[in-house]
Amino acid sequence: MDIPFLTSLVIFLPTAGALLTLLMRSVTGIRWTALVTTTLTFVLSVGLFVGYDPAVSTAITPQLADMSSAWFPDSLDVKYHVGIDGLSLLLVMLTTLLGPIVVLSSWTYIDEKQKGYYTLFLILQTGITGVFTSFDLFLFYIFFEVTLIPMYFIIGIWGGADRIYAAVKFVIYTLVGSLLMLVAILFLGYEAGTAVNNGVFTTDWYKLLEYNVPLAQQGWLFGLFALSFAIKVPLFPLHTWLPDAHVQAPTGGSVILAGVLLKMGTYGLLRFCLPLFPNAAQSSALLFGILAVIGIIYAALVARVQEDAKSLVAYSSVSHLGFVVLGLFAFTTEAMQGAVIQMVNHGLSTGALFLLLGMLYERRHTRLMDDYGGLANSVPVLTTLMIFSVLASAGLPGLNGFVGEFMILLGSFKSTVLSAPWLVVLAATGVILAAVYLLHMVYRTFFGELDQTANAEMVDVNGREFLLMVPLVVLMIVMGFFPNPFLRQTKPTTEFLLNTIEEKRAAALEQAESKPSTATVPLAPPETETVSIDPEDLTLTPQ
Amino acid sequence: MDPDLLIRLILLLPLSGAVINGIAPLFLSQFRTRETLLGTIGTAVVAVPFLLTLFLFLSYGGDPIVADFYTWMAAGDLDLRFAYRIDALSLLMTLVVTGVGGIIHLYSIGYMHGDEGYWRFFAYLNLFIFAMLNLVLANNLPVLFLGWEGVGLCSYLLIGFWYTDPSNSTAANKAFIVNRIGDFAFLVAMFLLFRELGALSFDVILSQGPQLSTATLNWIVLLLFIGATGKSAQIPLFVWLPDAMAGPTPVSALIHAATMVTSGLYLLARLSAVVLSAPTVMAIIGITGAVTALMAATIAIAQTDIKRVLAYSTVSQLGYMFMAAGVGAFFVAIFHVVTHAFFKACLFLGSGSVIHGMEEVEHELKEEGHDVSDFDPQDMRTMGGLKRYMPSTRWTYLLATIAISGIPLTAGFFSKDEILFKAFEFGYAGHGYAWAVWGVGVITALLTAFYMMRSYMLTFEGEPRWRAPDRYEPHESPSSMTIPLWTLGVLSLIGGFIGLPAVIKGGKWNWIHHYLGAEYGGPVAEASIHTHVPLALEWGLIGLSSVIAIGTVYYTWSVYSTQGLAFDDRLARNFAGVYQTWKDKYYWDDFYNDVVVHTVIHGVGRKSFAAFDTHIVDGTVNGIARLAQRASALLRLTQTGIVQNYALGLVLGVALIIGIMLFGI
Repeated sequence: MDIPFLTSLVIFLPTAGALLTLLMRSVTGIRWTALVTTTLTFVLSVGLFVGYDPAVSTAITPQLADMSSAWFPDSLDVKYHVGIDGLSLLLVMLTTLLGPIVVLSSWTYIDEKQKGYYTLFLILQTGITGVFTSFDLFLFYIFFEVTLIPMYFIIGIWGGADRIYAAVKFVIYTLVGSLLMLVAILFLGYEAGTAVNNGVFTTDWYKLLEYNVPLAQQGWLFGLFALSFAIKVPLFPLHTWLPDAHVQAPTGGSVILAGVLLKMGTYGLLRFCLPLFPNAAQSSALLFGILAVIGIIYAALVARVQEDAKSLVAYSSVSHLGFVVLGLFAFTTEAMQGAVIQMVNHGLSTGALFLLLGMLYERRHTRLMDDYGGLANSVPVLTTLMIFSVLASAGLPGLNGFVGEFMILLGSFKSTVLSAPWLVVLAATGVILAAVYLLHMVYRTFFGELDQTANAEMVDVNGREFLLMVPLVVLMIVMGFFPNPFLRQTKPTTEFLLNTIEEKRAAALEQAESKPSTATVPLAPPETETVSIDPEDLTLTPQ
Repeated sequence: MDPDLLIRLILLLPLSGAVINGIAPLFLSQFRTRETLLGTIGTAVVAVPFLLTLFLFLSYGGDPIVADFYTWMAAGDLDLRFAYRIDALSLLMTLVVTGVGGIIHLYSIGYMHGDEGYWRFFAYLNLFIFAMLNLVLANNLPVLFLGWEGVGLCSYLLIGFWYTDPSNSTAANKAFIVNRIGDFAFLVAMFLLFRELGALSFDVILSQGPQLSTATLNWIVLLLFIGATGKSAQIPLFVWLPDAMAGPTPVSALIHAATMVTSGLYLLARLSAVVLSAPTVMAIIGITGAVTALMAATIAIAQTDIKRVLAYSTVSQLGYMFMAAGVGAFFVAIFHVVTHAFFKACLFLGSGSVIHGMEEVEHELKEEGHDVSDFDPQDMRTMGGLKRYMPSTRWTYLLATIAISGIPLTAGFFSKDEILFKAFEFGYAGHGYAWAVWGVGVITALLTAFYMMRSYMLTFEGEPRWRAPDRYEPHESPSSMTIPLWTLGVLSLIGGFIGLPAVIKGGKWNWIHHYLGAEYGGPVAEASIHTHVPLALEWGLIGLSSVIAIGTVYYTWSVYSTQGLAFDDRLARNFAGVYQTWKDKYYWDDFYNDVVVHTVIHGVGRKSFAAFDTHIVDGTVNGIARLAQRASALLRLTQTGIVQNYALGLVLGVALIIGIMLFGI
């Protein structure tokens, strides 16, 4: 069955749902609209999973693509161009999966201004899905910014005591990065337009790939892009907005933030920074590797001494995403595929941790570990779920977290670009540290004597809460024991990216040696199978 | 039957047991008290795999069988598969794991009776068997690592089984984290191997590994050995094992004596061809083993908690196994793994039976209003004379004690003597460090006989030392516990005959050597020895061991039967210089607690890390924010709202631009 405009539907169905919630009067209606919309979106996204064929090349166009150039003047080659490749697929699936889970987790947690919350949340989902499916840099940028506003309000309105501070910090931090990126995008669009698009400003991803950015410009362009994404990830030392945002955000906000919003940073690095500026990326690989590893170790140590459980998990995110960044800058297939799968895995396990902490918060209205203790006696099911998620997060083999970390470390160790095995050895200590801080949290929260009546009277998870955890737990096992069906989906795209990076890197070097102007070296024509291509899209600039 | 199917069943039955015992009672609390059902399921899913393994074992033709199921992860050069390997080594280990494991499951049915967490216990225990089978059956390092970490997890869950007591949970965390330090080294070894060989399966590692450069090999073997010291409790990572005794006693027997802690040895034996190519590291392995064995044995002498004696004894015996590995006698290490599984499991289960009895006494005392706050059912000082109340426990404990002490013809005699002989032979062949290993091994043998006999004497002989023993009597455990004890007791007695020494029939009757040894087509390589020890000297060494064992057992029996507990005080006086050090376990725990945990984490960590992040890193950010605020406050001064000012600005601006254009700055 072919559904027309499937990708666009997956992106915009939540927005339609948001409009619908605006019309609703009753809270029940609002909740159910949100739930039905997000569930439907997830079902549709399964269509993407089924429809995406890893055997078909995405070297010149994404699969399941929708394109329209109607919305911008012809003098600018900026298009609405969305689609799916191996890199987008799993992250889109993760986003749509977390949708209904977040709605269910907010069901009673959000007890005021529900209409606004669910509307914003649905718009946020459109923004995130758009980010992961855009094949036009400018479109990407718009979606990237769209996510900012709903998140700002979600933290600022439904957050904890210091919510305003956290929300403002979140917005300013990210905005600084993304405005700088905008400058870089405009510059890049004109340069690429001149070189490969008959002088027409372009932000089409594939056209940008054809353009070899001169070495002299790669440095600062890469810097501006990378800064913006590094803030989003967040990479040490740009991470301090994250613990504040997480601690203050309501559960749903934290889940989305950790689950997919941060991945926009690592995704952006992989989609744009590495292939567009390969020389600059490779020459700063060691710097990013070092920052990533500092982040892994440093954030783990800070996590260990937190008193606030949510803050602990927030720091653990910084630590875990360090692995992803390390994997990206290793430039090996193993590490890069590991990084992609780790983005998904981190979303699952950290999402689960935030959900469970949210359930505790809803019951006791405190996040301090001191206020808990001995919960294993009163809430055995919640305890089991928590230990399970903690183990996944700590990278226990057989659960999802191990797969990504193992592949990243294995691939980074042999990396000739990083060429720093010692750095990977340091990164691997994160495996020890993760156990240290996570088990510490379990110990303080769930074990020991049940010495407070409020804890003793706590009720275990209800049907709704259990239901929303089931898909996460199942996926943690499935992706732990059977990650290969997922790796297969990402394989062609990561290999394509790595090849492109290598070709472009060599081309830019060659270009710099022959003449320092902006000549272009077309990519080797990719093997096309049964892809239908818009002829307009194929116009390569004659030499 | 198809070996693929058998392997599937052997692996999946314990897993299904874990799922059934873990999930059903979690949600349906009425199942939590169905002890017979839960215990039967839990035991059956281990007993059936034992029978299946026995079938495989009997029908095994000598060629390794690889059961390759599916791809775990593939990317670039990495093609990692869920593949399992049936060969002599994995079959023998699987027999021990499911055999001794099955016996201990059976024992647990009675031992855990009445415990609230009965269901959890069996779920964890089954999960442990699943993980352990992955460890010993894996055909590549990552699947082995899956089992390796899996057993660590089960160990964590079972040490902290009674989680209401924070000290149990602390011990559990300690075990997991210390193990993870070892696992970290294991991981790095895998990275190195993958970089050098592009694969992690045993076939590739064993065939191409030995050709790697010496420096690389040294690193790989050293890292694997550090991994092994974590799991198999050697210096400096042994500190978790004594604390691990916080778990229920069957756990101590199964995980912390018979199976999991031997996995480090299994790893070295599995990769013996690679280990042999790194002779420098072998010396480190042998010496570490020897020092650990001696250190733990001296600590055991001064302990009064029956389980602590056994725990340090385990560390010490594991040291013996590493001595064997360090002199290239890997099959002997595995031989000792097997016999140790018999006698140490028997000793632990026996101690469990004793603790049960003493808890009964404690309970009765409490019922009648006595103060039991200082009554410790594990303290040998309150025991004594238990032989008249618990005959089966006593006899089996005694059998296992003489076996570990090395009384001739018992299981421990053959395996330990073989280790000492191999060390001697290696030294004789010109490897200097092996002499030291041998010497330490002989001294430790003497100490072993002493502290084990002491624990037997203090527990079972003499007069009862608890309050009013004529009124409060412990009772023998039920047959579900004594049958396992007798089984293991008998195995401790006769289990050594699978490895008769070379002096008999020129080594032809050494079954385990023929079964495992590479020179007979088995999977375990061995250091080649060119200078053989003369037969007479060999007999002499056996005589020496026998004299030491018999003499020490006799001496210990005579002093403790006449002086009892008072002899401990005499020891403390006569060895005044070191006894307190032994009692305080060479201050290892104090070092870890004071320096590592207290100073590093609580002191430095809490003060500096958190403060650094808040004040320095985030402080910079907030500082910039404040700077921007001030700057904008200054800029705001220009927004006066007076049109003349703006006009003035405009004029000045235009003048500036014209100036720039004119003078071409």
